[in-house]
Amino acid sequence: MNKQANQKLPFLTARRMQTLGFGALTLVSVVTVLPIIALGVFIVVQGMPAINWEFITDFPQNGMRAGGILPAILGTIYLTIGTAIFSIPPGVAAAIYLAEYAPDNQLTRAIRVAMVNLAGIPSVVYGLFGLGLFVIFLRFGTSILAASLTLSIMTLPVIISTTEEALRSVPHDFRVVSISLGATRWQTVWRIVLPQSLAGIITGVILGLERAAGETAPILFTGAAFFLPRLPQSPLDPTMALPYHLFVISTQVPGMPVQIQYGTVLVLLVFVLGMNLIATVIRSRMRARRQW
Amino acid sequence: MNPSQAASHEKIGERLIVYLIRFAGYLSIIYVSLICLFLLKEGAPALFNVPLSSLFGPFWYPIEGQFALWPLLLGSLTVTIGAALIAVPLGIGTAVYISEVAPRWAKEVLKPLVEILAGLPSVVLGFIGILVLSPFLRRLLGLPTGLTAFTGAVLLGWAAIPTIVSVAEDALNAVPRSYRDASYALGATQWQTIWAVTVPAARSGILTAIMLGIGRVIGETMAVMMVTGNAPVVPSGLRALFAPVRTMTATIAAEMGEVANGSQHYQVLFLIGILLFIFSLTINLTAFAISNRRLKRTERLLS
Amino acid sequence: MPAKIVIDHLSVRYSDQAESLRDVSLEIEENAITAIFGPAGGGKSTLLRTLNRLNDLADVDLVSGKVLLNGKDILDRRVNVMELRRKVGMVFSRPLALPLSIYDNVAYGLTTAGGRRKARLDEAVEKALRQVTLWEEIYDRLHTPAHRLSGGQQQRLSIARVLALQPEVILLDEPTSALDPVSTTKIEALLHELSASITVVIAPHNTQQTARIADYAAFFLSGELIEYAPKTQMFTLPKDKRAQDYIEGRFG
Repeated sequence: MNKQANQKLPFLTARRMQTLGFGALTLVSVVTVLPIIALGVFIVVQGMPAINWEFITDFPQNGMRAGGILPAILGTIYLTIGTAIFSIPPGVAAAIYLAEYAPDNQLTRAIRVAMVNLAGIPSVVYGLFGLGLFVIFLRFGTSILAASLTLSIMTLPVIISTTEEALRSVPHDFRVVSISLGATRWQTVWRIVLPQSLAGIITGVILGLERAAGETAPILFTGAAFFLPRLPQSPLDPTMALPYHLFVISTQVPGMPVQIQYGTVLVLLVFVLGMNLIATVIRSRMRARRQW
Repeated sequence: MNPSQAASHEKIGERLIVYLIRFAGYLSIIYVSLICLFLLKEGAPALFNVPLSSLFGPFWYPIEGQFALWPLLLGSLTVTIGAALIAVPLGIGTAVYISEVAPRWAKEVLKPLVEILAGLPSVVLGFIGILVLSPFLRRLLGLPTGLTAFTGAVLLGWAAIPTIVSVAEDALNAVPRSYRDASYALGATQWQTIWAVTVPAARSGILTAIMLGIGRVIGETMAVMMVTGNAPVVPSGLRALFAPVRTMTATIAAEMGEVANGSQHYQVLFLIGILLFIFSLTINLTAFAISNRRLKRTERLLS
Repeated sequence: MPAKIVIDHLSVRYSDQAESLRDVSLEIEENAITAIFGPAGGGKSTLLRTLNRLNDLADVDLVSGKVLLNGKDILDRRVNVMELRRKVGMVFSRPLALPLSIYDNVAYGLTTAGGRRKARLDEAVEKALRQVTLWEEIYDRLHTPAHRLSGGQQQRLSIARVLALQPEVILLDEPTSALDPVSTTKIEALLHELSASITVVIAPHNTQQTARIADYAAFFLSGELIEYAPKTQMFTLPKDKRAQDYIEGRFG
């Protein structure tokens, strides 16, 4: 094709460059994802033998070197529910404000800048903030409540931005028609826009909660406990949690059986990636049900 | 109840809802302000209570009142640069491959894998770092310990890859088809088009991707705490890359649990938090400004 | 008897200066079809959207003058716009069913206005659907999603949606531009029938349509009203040269 190049460069023709280049890019991609595949297989192979009924329904025994991880599993579920309670209503409402009400002015721009910042703040800094505000200033102590609140603020930008995107994907004409029939803005949102974007919102919310469920740093000083002999009795109790438990048994406990460690990793991954899978399924279903 | 009464009833309810929605809209600003406020409240006193000679000294020995920030800053810097050197070429390369080269089936394999990586909790990465990566690197490089800045950099490199890939891929996909077609029409190969047309056209998005990736690395806590060996020493030379270090995030995570509220040590840890906050603020605002400029330019082109 | 709608020195400008109206004065007669016609970009849509304050949604940076409906200025800030829009209905050029069932589409305006009595809603829905001759075609699937209807059916549904509110005025912005000839004929016949009891303001999608259905015709060019006359006069003896040229197809 490129005659000129052919004459000047007998060996490195444009076509050969391309073949080499594409080869290099393919290699780069393989290098990038191969470790992920290897890890996945490795963790499943190593972790499966540890998984049995006792492992997920028993308390840890013998200084966590035996028994199960029930309190950590339940703790992570509690924290996820708490985070959902404190992040979904304000997150969805904030997204509705941004997508449907916010005028194009300085204040709205300030909100967007604030969201960008919120999304970028390191998780351990959220931990510090939660310690300062919820644990100490508001006297919640290290508790499920304080940890959930901390995680919810961290999750908020994810929920807001995915929800806003879902709302904006609903065609503008629906809003115009609804308003032209005498509906108010809120009626339009409630009856038309929200039902049409529900699947997208749920997907976004799950992805946000998935992140929260796997976080360790924000709960380190706000609600996570090293070991508890019994389950938390109220939202003001501290709790064990899967990610923190994994941290503990892989760095703080000498003589820890490797099998239990891998088992814990596997349970954590099933929990987190399971949420991801649900979100993906909902997302693909939503396209099929669309009414426009 | 007659209809007009019902309507006025609904109106009041609706007013309330709209107020709540508006308030929720402002929440992001409120939270960022609260975070600023509480970090400052707890951390700023360190500047007055801890002698500056200690803060700017060479050692981090909290027990002896030595709170030098320098070793931690350098520790973070070492790991971040190392991670960026790994993540940028791999991330951008993968993004270009997915967006420009890969056949359909490869895309459908690569994208979910990258998403899975994005969803991996950082503590899982740290765990793998301890059990698999660090023994491997120790043997491979003949080091006394595998818990080094380099191990951390490799791990964080992978932690940053999903961010870089997804943002860069979006930027590449946003380049109009016609740019590429024009290049092909001039007789350029696909490979030449990628580097001469597509990537330059997406450069601000790619820059944003790199910045956000770096932001992710600086803020990464658990993985880096678990694998970098936690030695708060001033790294020197290239060999420092293969020695243990201590990052700012890891210091907070490792020590906050054991300090008394309001003590000097506690205040200094919050001070480090303030520094991290400022870093992330700078990085994210810059990235936001870059990507916003791009958006405006595209809008102008389209209208 | 005074006109149904009196437009008095109305000017509208968008913030991007796109399409605008300049100093338009016009009296729209009750229970007749008034056609707003002229080349694209002449301000037809803007005029229609001003009459039910739909322009509130757009980026309008200047509105001056008055629009009196039954003698009251609808541009007044104190006007209840929701009520106004129920009185002055709007049909768009692209048929668009709300993502609801057929029944809920037609009942939408009533339920958002607070209507809850099932029997009354049923009655209103049936009546509106009969008016647009859709009832016979779909009475057995009222509760299926409306987006499955054909384009022509969706446009008649859009009109039924407005009629269910028993409006005084109905505005139509090129309602047949996306439809086939058969559907177009159906809708034109319908409009003719409606004009016995409702004031119809339409921006037809071509001059022939204006000639076919209008009682009065207003010719707009670049945001200005050039000529306004009973249709027969407009199409036989237009006073303005530009109107004549446009009607005879010399530009547009």
